Amino acid sequence: MSDDLNIKKTSSIKTKSSSVSGGGTDIDYVRPAELPEQDLYHGHSFITKWIFCQDAKVIGIQYTLTAVFTGVVGLILSWMMRMQLGFPELFPFLTAESYYQMVTMHGMIMVVYLLTALFLGGFGNYLIPLMVGARDMVFPYVNMISFWMFFVAVVVLMASFFVPGGPTGSGWTLYPPQAILEGTPGSGYGILLMLISLSLFVIGFTMGGLNYVITILQARTRGMTLMRMPLTIWGIFTATVLALLAFPALLVSSIMMTLDKVLGTSFFMPTIIKAGEMLSYDGGSPILFQHLFWFFGHPEVYIVALPAFGIVSDLLSVHARKNIFGYRMMVWAIVGIGALSFFVWAHHMYVSGMNPWFGFFFASTTLIIAVPTALKVYNWILTLWRGNIRLTTVMLFCLGFIVTFVNGGITGIFLGNVIVDVPLSDTYFVIAHFHMVMGIAPLMVIFGAIYHWFPLITGRFLDETLGKWHFWVTFLGAYSIYFPMHYLGFIGVPRRYFEMYDSPYMTSAVGMNEFISVAAFIVGAAQFIFFYNLVKSIRLGKPAGKNPWKANSLEWLTPQVPPEHGNWGEKLPVVHRWAYDFNVPGAKKDYITQTTPPSEVIEAEVEKT
Amino acid sequence: MWTGLVFLAVIIGSIAFHVWTPWWWTDIASNWGAMDDTIILTFWIGGGVFILVCLFMVYCIFKFNYKEGRKVEYKPEDKKLEVRLTWATALGVAALLAPGLLVWNQYIKVPENSIHVEVMAWQWGWKYRLPGEDGVLGTSSNKKINDDNPFGINEDDPNGKDDILIDSEELHIANNRPVKILLRSIDVLHNFYVPQFRAKMDAVPGMITYYWFEPNKIGEYEVLCAEYCGVGHYAMRGLVVVDNQEDYNKWLAKHETFSSFIAKRKKEGLINEKVVKINNILNTKKSIKSEKNVR
Repeated sequence: MSDDLNIKKTSSIKTKSSSVSGGGTDIDYVRPAELPEQDLYHGHSFITKWIFCQDAKVIGIQYTLTAVFTGVVGLILSWMMRMQLGFPELFPFLTAESYYQMVTMHGMIMVVYLLTALFLGGFGNYLIPLMVGARDMVFPYVNMISFWMFFVAVVVLMASFFVPGGPTGSGWTLYPPQAILEGTPGSGYGILLMLISLSLFVIGFTMGGLNYVITILQARTRGMTLMRMPLTIWGIFTATVLALLAFPALLVSSIMMTLDKVLGTSFFMPTIIKAGEMLSYDGGSPILFQHLFWFFGHPEVYIVALPAFGIVSDLLSVHARKNIFGYRMMVWAIVGIGALSFFVWAHHMYVSGMNPWFGFFFASTTLIIAVPTALKVYNWILTLWRGNIRLTTVMLFCLGFIVTFVNGGITGIFLGNVIVDVPLSDTYFVIAHFHMVMGIAPLMVIFGAIYHWFPLITGRFLDETLGKWHFWVTFLGAYSIYFPMHYLGFIGVPRRYFEMYDSPYMTSAVGMNEFISVAAFIVGAAQFIFFYNLVKSIRLGKPAGKNPWKANSLEWLTPQVPPEHGNWGEKLPVVHRWAYDFNVPGAKKDYITQTTPPSEVIEAEVEKT
Repeated sequence: MWTGLVFLAVIIGSIAFHVWTPWWWTDIASNWGAMDDTIILTFWIGGGVFILVCLFMVYCIFKFNYKEGRKVEYKPEDKKLEVRLTWATALGVAALLAPGLLVWNQYIKVPENSIHVEVMAWQWGWKYRLPGEDGVLGTSSNKKINDDNPFGINEDDPNGKDDILIDSEELHIANNRPVKILLRSIDVLHNFYVPQFRAKMDAVPGMITYYWFEPNKIGEYEVLCAEYCGVGHYAMRGLVVVDNQEDYNKWLAKHETFSSFIAKRKKEGLINEKVVKINNILNTKKSIKSEKNVR
């Protein structure tokens, strides 16, 4: 799809329009720029270029490296948890306290500090200016502060491992009253540092998020209409809007809980009797916290999922050499899912004791959201249909994403249907579901995206053989961790149990737990193949050259690879079409880049956008 | 070639695992068979979609593997197909939602003739209170809890006088009689969950929540706390025994009522402070015990 001129009538229009506007190749006409270009601050010293840097690409990499560091911590924690669950006798020094601390930190790190930061801070920063044809984010200085806020948030979070009492062990949902009462590990300094770290994260994210949204709305290059943006940008854009609306709920609940802890207010604290003594709290509501938390927490799922949806659409299209199927529906599905995601939060609370009539409303909205989500899945597989599929590592990760996402999406329909949730909530079924759908599936996209864009960032390919090993071990291993885990939930095995081997439910599950643990060790270890591949390929990888995947979107069309500060050299690119003109009938090449003017591909029968 | 085969094997493996899994739900012991049926229905519809989508994908991998110069379809949109898929999906979703909501409606409407049982959760254990001969539980408040009134029953409420107090982790219920579980907590969130009954609900300090079920199989069932409640969460077990009416009555007769409890306390002349101390000792013992479990 290209400029708004029907190619079949090209010649007649050409003569007509040239007589109207007075000359030039008018089928290539794009409205002139309305604003002058922005001035950029160019760093000169090492510090301004690489540390306190205002270049969104460097900030993106800083975000990525910090997020991946936290991810490795989260991975190691998950190994230790699996060690306890599979082989408790091997680590007798692992106590219930430390187990719950690991559960909590693993969850919070993976959801917020790895996935959110990586998709929005990492991919968002690197890709937004490049893909919309801007020289940088609109507020580069604020963007820099955003990263450093995130960095401080991570430092505070990691510091909680070293304070007396250790990090909080309240579960990643931090439900009061237990989160701030004795009886929960880390209920002193641990929970405070967690709340402070989350607050810093939200502040830092807000600065970055405003940048992403305004850059996408205001700094697109000439010809880049909203409906020509790559779906990656649509996904990141919508997710950022969600985050800007959802994170304040997390911020206020963090502040209120901090006040409950430090000043003894009772926002979330009712009358409580501990060890025969009545505490001084009175009149607060634990359920209020749950509403606030999930008002953030459910959009959070889509904050992670929507960028993944967008990115995987682009990767599938490029590597299947075919336009994404149903682009407009994909866009509206992303926007629709984003809007609906604010009306489903209480499906996490069906058995929380909230008014049971809520169940009808939230079950209905939750299942309605399944419709646009399913459409996206159909469009991904229809993109493969009659394509020309290159089975690169990138494509393998996309296929792995489809399998794990559909699997996790369908178990989501189990849990969203309120009555089915009653027996399954708080069991291993839930753990299996959300790891499949928002752990493994987005990770598949992240890996695919890294294999895809690594040549742009470094100018070199990642090693394909290592990449395929990495994919198969990760995909098959992760699938064999989480697929059988659902069945533990059917038995009724509750989550967040440090051990339960004397229980009749669990005896039949011991063997499965050992199997899952072994698989988890292998999958974790396979990630080090990936890290080795990254380190090796930066220096020794096969040189990629310009636009190695023969993609259409702007980020591949910079004058320098890797792109320099300011991205575009002398002149900003001008966009004539969407990013998905692959294998257009009549065209000589199997791709037409977004900057190719219609006059250069006069023979291609493109559809108009 | 083998890429498609491995993906195919994953799908077939998933189906095979589902068919022959030895890990399946416990034998149901309550009236909530409809929950199991809804799950089975979801398996059929959802599982069907999963298999179809994945098989389509595998077919594409085989059929459209990269070949130089392959003719690729250029069709950005297909309105008709998209509309059809939307309706088919909406239909499938409605087919899952409608029966689910019907059962949920039963779940939140408690039968008139059900026996009320109060479950009082604490870190980390359970206590129970049953209505006396009047069949009504007296009102209560956590603020009123002290050693002379371990359940915080409102002394001015005549309904509470004959309430039966069960200071034990073991609860008996009568077979084939609907039970309304009224949940209270004196400290943090808990959840009273017996897998065989399928039903569950959180106990929230400061409010009373409920759910109901009708046991239909005599036996002993383990209670698990299903809402994370601190370091002793995994050890917070209880026991529900489903008796026939005769055994149930015998068990009930063994327990004292609130008024007889008060009378006994008065006779013993215990003063509060003393008992607080005892309670504290008991609690430390408990935590030592849970630490032992940890080792």
